[in-house]
Amino acid sequence: MRILCTDTEGKERELLATNEWTVMEIIREGGLPILAQCGGSCACATCHVYVDPAWKDKLPEPNEEEVGMLDGAFEVTENSRLSCQIIFNEELDGLKVTLAPGSV
Amino acid sequence: MNAEVIKTDAVIVGAGPVGLFAVFELGLNDIKCHLVDILDRPGGQCAELYPEKPIYDIPAIPSCTGAELTERLLEQGKPFNPTFHFGQMVESLEKTPEGKWRLTTDRGTVFESTIVVIAAGGGSFVPKRPPIKGIEAYENKSVFYAVRKMEQFRGKRLVIAGGGDSALDWTINLQPIASHITLVHRRDEFRAAPDSVSKMRALVAEGKMDLKIANLSTLNGADGQLASVTLKEDGKDAYDMPCDNLLAFYGLTMKLGPVANFGAELQDNLLPVNTADFETNLPGVFAIGDINTYPGKMKLILSGFHEAALMAKKAFAMVHPDRRYRFQYTTSSSDLQDKLGVSDAA
Repeated sequence: MRILCTDTEGKERELLATNEWTVMEIIREGGLPILAQCGGSCACATCHVYVDPAWKDKLPEPNEEEVGMLDGAFEVTENSRLSCQIIFNEELDGLKVTLAPGSV
Repeated sequence: MNAEVIKTDAVIVGAGPVGLFAVFELGLNDIKCHLVDILDRPGGQCAELYPEKPIYDIPAIPSCTGAELTERLLEQGKPFNPTFHFGQMVESLEKTPEGKWRLTTDRGTVFESTIVVIAAGGGSFVPKRPPIKGIEAYENKSVFYAVRKMEQFRGKRLVIAGGGDSALDWTINLQPIASHITLVHRRDEFRAAPDSVSKMRALVAEGKMDLKIANLSTLNGADGQLASVTLKEDGKDAYDMPCDNLLAFYGLTMKLGPVANFGAELQDNLLPVNTADFETNLPGVFAIGDINTYPGKMKLILSGFHEAALMAKKAFAMVHPDRRYRFQYTTSSSDLQDKLGVSDAA
């Protein structure tokens, strides 16, 4: 299983994905320079990604805490998510995300 | 500047959990500590990022929040009476001719210390900088991330960006003196004290300020002076908002900062140490907690506690070269119990 992550230079990378890992962990383990300063506790907004619109509806809705934490992110759009709050499963095989400004 | 030099045994750079526990371990070894932290309170990430979130992997404490852990560590270190220097960061580290370490902060505080313990975690907390092209040229001229003197904004047209307490508090406080205020936030909900939100909404209703639900997109101006900011609302055309100043409050982020210039070896923005005593390549300069690296390192608070204990043993040899190190347990040593002020209770 894999996810596709576009870095801030626009280059798409294919990353090995593991069931039950967060997308932030998959990106970090894949060697991309994601900040994720709080380590995945939904406390800093430095793992902000844009989820490809085609995949957006396949993800559970963000909870209130995540939506609130996105106030500390930049250039937030309707596709914005904190990648530490997206838990990967096999139905997300091929998920496409893009690192947002302020996350690297 | 004619700063009085503070002479001490140890300066701990960073007052997060690991820096606070270092006070205890050094204290047991008769080493007096001063701590410096850029935040205005102790706790580091525990205070800034997750004060209310539970931590489950502190030995013997099945669950406690970041704020509680900070409280307990402060209490544990209290017998050793550490001195805190908040709201400043150590900017330089130099060796003196006498073989001490001289540390100077950005506020001009100067220390001369036998040892230095860098417990700086992920670095200094500094305001998040909006990733807007060319923003650097405006910083501290017409774009600010903090308010030092309110008077500076008298009669000015201000755009304040953000949706938390800082943005709301400064909106309310500056509204009476600014000529006009526009608060810009990405959504019509605010994570701030409900009272502040009500006050702000009342000001908007009375026509005393504007609220725009939008993202900042461009800064327009010349030579560091803003003329306007371009705002973009989802699905709508961008528009310009004339202003003299932009105040952006998006919270804090961690940057390694001046630690990089201390002269200690760096590896991927971390300080390599040996695992016998957690000393860096600079003799007498230690690094403990998330800031250090060594084979097998795990960035856990408990790792930092262990590192503090081993560091303190080596520190003892440097601070008290004439004394012989004596390994003791707090359970049985009346000497340690005296230091902790618990000998009568035993």
